Amino acid sequence: MPNVTFIEHDGTVHTVEAELGATVMETALKNDVSSIVAECGGGCTCATCMVYVDDAWSALVGPPSADEEYQLDSAFEVKPTSRLSCQIKITEALDGLIVRTPAYQGR
Amino acid sequence: MSDIIKTDVLIIGAGPVGLFAVFELGLLDIKAHLVDILDKVGGQCAELYPEKPIYDIPGIPLITGHGLSEALMEQIKPFHPTFHLGEMVTTIENIGDPLFRVTTDTGKTFECKSVVIAAGGGSFQPKRPPIAGIEPYEDKSVFYAVRKMENFRGKDIMIVGGGDSALDWTLNLQPIAKRLTLVHRRDDFRGAPDSVNKMRALVAAGSMDLRIGQVSELEGADGQLAAASVKDKDGAVTRVACDAMLPFFGLTMKLGPVADWGLEMDGELVKVDVSTFESNRPGIFAIGDINTYPGKLKLILSGFHEGALMSQRVHHYIHPEKRLVFQYTTSSTSLQKKLGVA
Repeated sequence: MPNVTFIEHDGTVHTVEAELGATVMETALKNDVSSIVAECGGGCTCATCMVYVDDAWSALVGPPSADEEYQLDSAFEVKPTSRLSCQIKITEALDGLIVRTPAYQGR
Repeated sequence: MSDIIKTDVLIIGAGPVGLFAVFELGLLDIKAHLVDILDKVGGQCAELYPEKPIYDIPGIPLITGHGLSEALMEQIKPFHPTFHLGEMVTTIENIGDPLFRVTTDTGKTFECKSVVIAAGGGSFQPKRPPIAGIEPYEDKSVFYAVRKMENFRGKDIMIVGGGDSALDWTLNLQPIAKRLTLVHRRDDFRGAPDSVNKMRALVAAGSMDLRIGQVSELEGADGQLAAASVKDKDGAVTRVACDAMLPFFGLTMKLGPVADWGLEMDGELVKVDVSTFESNRPGIFAIGDINTYPGKLKLILSGFHEGALMSQRVHHYIHPEKRLVFQYTTSSTSLQKKLGVA
């Protein structure tokens, strides 16, 4: 199974196994990455699961969809590498993915 | 202070579970009023996923959040519930055995024999931007809603956000502002196209300012804002004079006043008896996502079940003299009369 590394704002690092086809958000919740809130449960409607994709992975992960970009309007400290983790699906190609979490998800 | 509104039951929360509770209570001749902080019914179904599919409502392979709210409103029509939207219940006081006096943040007062908390994840409240030192300005010069437009007349107003709320208030307040600045993180707006066009025309005419960036710092004293710094995507900072700010970043769920009602809680959830869904305060019930008990699942269908069982117990409080005979809507003429189909 592919690995994903979450680096939280306070420096806590979680390297965890991710199920193929699951989302990065689901992977975070399953592994108690507490800075992913995911209030809407993965519907791309709340912007409380934002991550910063590591620069080395940003191109491979790709940009947000128009809908997701719109949701990012209600997130804070949005950067060019910001994505909503519920919208990133784990594939073999993403084995080793590194994402960072913001200090504040709006709640 | 308005007159006291008397009802059998007050339901807090008009999401799917609160709505269906009206049905189950109604079949037992129990009248309900509902209070919800949102300006529409449907709760999370309306606010978080109106267009998203729900696949696990029994007998309905696929329905959207909006569709489910609509269907429930149709289903509860025979019971004529009264809705109080855009309000939040703040206090629940025992004044009898059981009789409650319930107040809302807009000053309404209810008297009821039972209270049903169907508040889901709590109350939807505006997201607060993580700008250092914003707290002293809140409700003095930083506002998350416009209560009275007149309070903004002649002010340097900064509105932050890119959705309909930000655009609507930009268009409403621009004519009475000294100067209005709209700040959004990107030069693309997903609000209604007509509002976007109107805003762009005002900018082109020099009647307001549009800045692309994120607010990074506030200046002022004693809660009175004087200026805000806006950082663009290249990191350049511009200081903009403003004496009122309106950030619109959508809503988030907060537990809110539920924590102050003397209820036995498990974290942010109300503990209930599994046969009645009554809390530790007799006459106060909790159903749906807001409650917890061994084996609890946060499913809409669980909330529906909890509403049915809760109603049986509430019946004891509302009609203590009447024996409750269990009946089916399929075969009971009396239930069908209540539904207006017999």
